[in-house]
Amino acid sequence: MNLFQEALAWLTSPDRASGTLPLAEAIGQHIGFTAVSVLIAAAVAIPLGYLIGHTGRGREIAVGLSGAARAIPSFGLILLLVLVLGVTRSEVGAVIAFVLLAIPSILAGAYAGVQAVDRRTVDAARSMGMTEWQILLKVEAPLGLPLLIGGLRSATLQVVATVTLAGYVNLGGIGFHIIQGLQLRRYEQILGASLIVVVLALALDLLFALIALAVRPGGSSSARPRRRLATS
Amino acid sequence: MIEFRSVSKQFPDGTKAVQGFDLTIPSRSTTVFVGSSGCGKTTLLRMVNRMVEPSAGQILIDGEDIATTDAVQLRRRIGYVMQNSGLLPHRSVLDNITTVLRLNRTPKAEARERGLTLMDTVGLDRALAKRYPSQLSGGQQQRVGVARGLAVEPNILLMDEPFGAVDPIVRTELQEELLRLQRELGKTVVFVTHDIDEAFLLGDQIVILKKGGVIAQQGTPEEILANPVDDFVADFVGAHRGKRSLSLKQVDGRTIVVDADGKPAGVLAEGAA
Repeated sequence: MNLFQEALAWLTSPDRASGTLPLAEAIGQHIGFTAVSVLIAAAVAIPLGYLIGHTGRGREIAVGLSGAARAIPSFGLILLLVLVLGVTRSEVGAVIAFVLLAIPSILAGAYAGVQAVDRRTVDAARSMGMTEWQILLKVEAPLGLPLLIGGLRSATLQVVATVTLAGYVNLGGIGFHIIQGLQLRRYEQILGASLIVVVLALALDLLFALIALAVRPGGSSSARPRRRLATS
Repeated sequence: MIEFRSVSKQFPDGTKAVQGFDLTIPSRSTTVFVGSSGCGKTTLLRMVNRMVEPSAGQILIDGEDIATTDAVQLRRRIGYVMQNSGLLPHRSVLDNITTVLRLNRTPKAEARERGLTLMDTVGLDRALAKRYPSQLSGGQQQRVGVARGLAVEPNILLMDEPFGAVDPIVRTELQEELLRLQRELGKTVVFVTHDIDEAFLLGDQIVILKKGGVIAQQGTPEEILANPVDDFVADFVGAHRGKRSLSLKQVDGRTIVVDADGKPAGVLAEGAA
């Protein structure tokens, strides 16, 4: 049997439903960490990105900080935060690290989406009597949604890959099986668990691609043929 | 009635767009600001709905100083039509027209009905209601822009070079439509253009502006053509180039009107002479 077949055998073995960490539970933890981290990051980054995009202020700071944050090594950050916060709160430390990892992409997506809206459209909205909030929520946000979704998409992919490191600080997830496999030199387990991370990442990417299609603002050039068919 | 009282505008970069501008714009007629680029005509227009705040002076609408009003509420009762139509690309034609009605919490069904009626008013086929702006021609987009400007039944309609970006044939069509609309609705229209022919066609009152928002001459098209006050105005209306000095010429038994260069301007109507 080659390594791939062994990995598949490991994945499909009935033992995966039991043991220290059943595989389904590990996948659940993995998705849970990813979802919580991206949601927290979105809650921070979207309002901030919209504020910067709408007012045009603080752009340089945001771009600089985002760039710097991207350069932070995530593995080091997780270890550092877990050490600083203590092993009992390692969950908090890890999530903070994932959130910090996700923020730059989402911030850039939110900010770029608002910035990409034609200034003349914004001017028209204002001259019709929209308040600044209405301009943001009814014009800039819907028109900038594709870029925001793009930001969320890359943030999610980064986080779902990095959550693997949670296994290193005893927080479970699919990384648990990879790290255990490393320690036990069970390569079929390492490969099997890695494949799950890959499939999960691809599935999330597909999900975001579908969301991006669904939220495309009406009237955008790519939406045109479909609309024509629907109305004729 | 719109009154400008010694209005000045200096932009943060130091540009003095308008200095000490005084003008009274009568109600229920069309006033056209005409001048070359940089004469401050758009700045003056945008001060009426407070899209630009004057650095000094006052603007009054029916005796009320607009600086004391809420800018958002003010804009919702003034129609504004701009050059690139300024339609919201993600909203259908009908939603664009009814945007301000919906902001003012007009019930959806009522806004829809009003929007469709407005499409008739500006000569748009109701079948276009669900289209998006990008699916319309430039002329259709401008019609939607006009319909949107009229949606809240404003007394004042501001038009910033609304027909500047459409081809000459469509422009003529839209100008005729506007004249017809104005005969029916009798709004206080303030119209900005750099095209003197458009100004003469549409304006009851023409205000010719020089750089810095200085009024070179104001009056009816006839007054200005008959008595240009200075060389600037004469040049601007084309009197110097002979464009306005027309004469008659017989061609194949018909009377042709030609300008000073001999370029045909039109055919003399039967019985006009």
